Amino acid sequence: MLKKFASVAGAMALTTALVTPAMAELSGTLRIMSDMSNPAPRAIMEGLAADFDAMHPNLTVEVEIVDREAWKSQIRNALTADAPDVINWYAANRMGPYVKAGLFEDISDMYANGDLPGLDSVKGAMTMDGKQWGVPYTYYQWGIYYREDIFKDLGLSEPTTFDEEIANCQKIVDSGRKCYTIGSKFLWTAGGWFDYMNMRTNGFDFHMQLATGQASWTSDEVKATFANWRKLIDMGAFIDDHQTYSWQEALPPFVNGEATAYLMGNFVVPHLREAGLTDEQIDFYQFPKIADVPMGEDAPTDTFHIASGAKNKEAARAFLQYVTSADVQTKINAGSGLGQLPVNANSSVDDDEFLNQGFDMLSNNATGGIAQFFDRDFPAEMASVGMEGLQEFMVFPDNLDDILNRLEAARTRIYK
Amino acid sequence: MSAATQSWANRNRMTLTPLLFLAPGMLFFAVYVIIPIFQSFNISLYEWDGLGEATFVGARNYQELVTDRAFEISLWNNVKWLLLYLLAIPAGLFIALFLNQTVFGIRLYKSLFFFPFVISQVVVGLVFSWFYLPNVGLFDIVMGWFGVDIRGGVLGNPNTATYGIIAAGIWPQTAYCMILYLTGLNAVDPEQVEAGRLDGAKGWRMLWHVILPQLRPATFIAFVVTIIGALRSFDLISIMTNGGPFGSTRVLSFYMFEKALSEYGFRMGYGSAIAVVLFFIMLFFIAYFLWSMYRDEKEARR
Repeated sequence: MLKKFASVAGAMALTTALVTPAMAELSGTLRIMSDMSNPAPRAIMEGLAADFDAMHPNLTVEVEIVDREAWKSQIRNALTADAPDVINWYAANRMGPYVKAGLFEDISDMYANGDLPGLDSVKGAMTMDGKQWGVPYTYYQWGIYYREDIFKDLGLSEPTTFDEEIANCQKIVDSGRKCYTIGSKFLWTAGGWFDYMNMRTNGFDFHMQLATGQASWTSDEVKATFANWRKLIDMGAFIDDHQTYSWQEALPPFVNGEATAYLMGNFVVPHLREAGLTDEQIDFYQFPKIADVPMGEDAPTDTFHIASGAKNKEAARAFLQYVTSADVQTKINAGSGLGQLPVNANSSVDDDEFLNQGFDMLSNNATGGIAQFFDRDFPAEMASVGMEGLQEFMVFPDNLDDILNRLEAARTRIYK
Repeated sequence: MSAATQSWANRNRMTLTPLLFLAPGMLFFAVYVIIPIFQSFNISLYEWDGLGEATFVGARNYQELVTDRAFEISLWNNVKWLLLYLLAIPAGLFIALFLNQTVFGIRLYKSLFFFPFVISQVVVGLVFSWFYLPNVGLFDIVMGWFGVDIRGGVLGNPNTATYGIIAAGIWPQTAYCMILYLTGLNAVDPEQVEAGRLDGAKGWRMLWHVILPQLRPATFIAFVVTIIGALRSFDLISIMTNGGPFGSTRVLSFYMFEKALSEYGFRMGYGSAIAVVLFFIMLFFIAYFLWSMYRDEKEARR
């Protein structure tokens, strides 16, 4: 899978050198190891490498693309033995093990001296122990994707409060449909529901306290979250037998109109369009308000980091700067590329119904704060025990006390 | 001087030659099996994420195992697997007895019965998960005729999921036992069967007193491969339920993988502690197998 991009002809190199004199001195080899293995991201990554290679005549850019799922465990080997210069990973707590083991390069100085203009709003997700450890390159919103046509038939409108949500749902259930599809076989989808129920019931700050181990799983706040969630479960809002489906296997009920909404990340949209739903049939709304707290949102961010064992750190820093620059961000996150949101405030969002709504929501109506996602905000072990408990709750809500005691025991053991 | 060395090598060549031939095998066995076993023992005494510094915690990982409910469930599931998997042996025997006749096209029937063992475990797992699908799966439809409704489908219900996977595992395992018994039946002495028949034995008595004793080697091998198959039941679980719903179908090998090597794992010490427990369970069976093989060889030599 190793791809080499040969340097380009002299004339071209000369012009690029003139345009960017500061970067032209880069030389040697830049090794990038990427997890962007799906077709569209792969094309983007290879394009980025080729362009960066062309900009720097004396620099050779090598890209190795690893399967996205496999990378989640391979990164450990990659960083410890013969580390590449630049690698892909995820923001927030997911960086923890590598930051603590000293395997990521501290790039706080780049943020401090203005090398990364337009990234101020996303800086928080890259911060750990008061320092910054990488740059984001894309992110996407979560929220409720729903069947606009069925809502119209039933005379429903987008709810903004939980009471409206429940009233809508009752009408949907009465019409013989389910309100939400979900496939919880691989657990994380239940994590998304908990994120929203908890952020709406107790606010973003409490959610983060829970994630960092400062709040208790047996507290009244958490119990209130589950009580709200249970209202939906008890009224039969979720499709049956969801514990046997993956998130893709949960798509058909939505496409067939047996379930009217799906709490998901924006990556669900291409799947819905491929399944034959038009943009008139699907729409998006922000998860409605429950308690009177500022709204927090899930917006998982994918990132680039420099390995602390990198051999060509100068080129690696230049690459990070290049990837996050406003123009490149606009280009790679467009609908023809990743189809997600650019991280640079000076970039423009592609003209897409869902990207525009998501961008507007995250910029104007996420005053509580932006979370990464259950399995990225909570430490890995807490996330795995937690999501298992959440799935059990969705199937057997009566087991709640037992589940919460188990999670609380895990909390006291995991956070030291 | 050199004559003395030569004569020493010469004198001991009956001992040296086998040792030299064994050396590469022993070296690899030590490097890839023996030493890692002791390394696992060692790591199980540490708290280590595989990246940073390992801290010595003594027996704390084992103390945690005792109170860990997920471990307890995995252990019980291992017991269920071991016991229920043994059903493959009698099932294989009866299919073999049934197929051990000479009629037209018997070879085709034999290969059809052997087919599930040839296909990959992944395929077996997928086929059975579709078979078990709630509402649309064949199993659910058939159970519906009898008015039985398993909530969440076989694999979605924590009370039935493990049995569902074991049933899927028994299917290819039965085929394996069947082939072992078919070859065993070829070696059954017709004269003894004839003698038994003259003495008036037939049906079950014939099977129990005449046929089965002659099938003992086949039974032993079937027992060994079935026990080993039950203990390495990793792939079916991973394909069919991924350990769920809420961890009710994990077995020790799967739990070890989850704790040490999966996306949310990397507790090397804890994973090693689970591996050590699994090792001792296996050691119990391995010791029994070795002992009975040793005993048979001694008898044969006499």
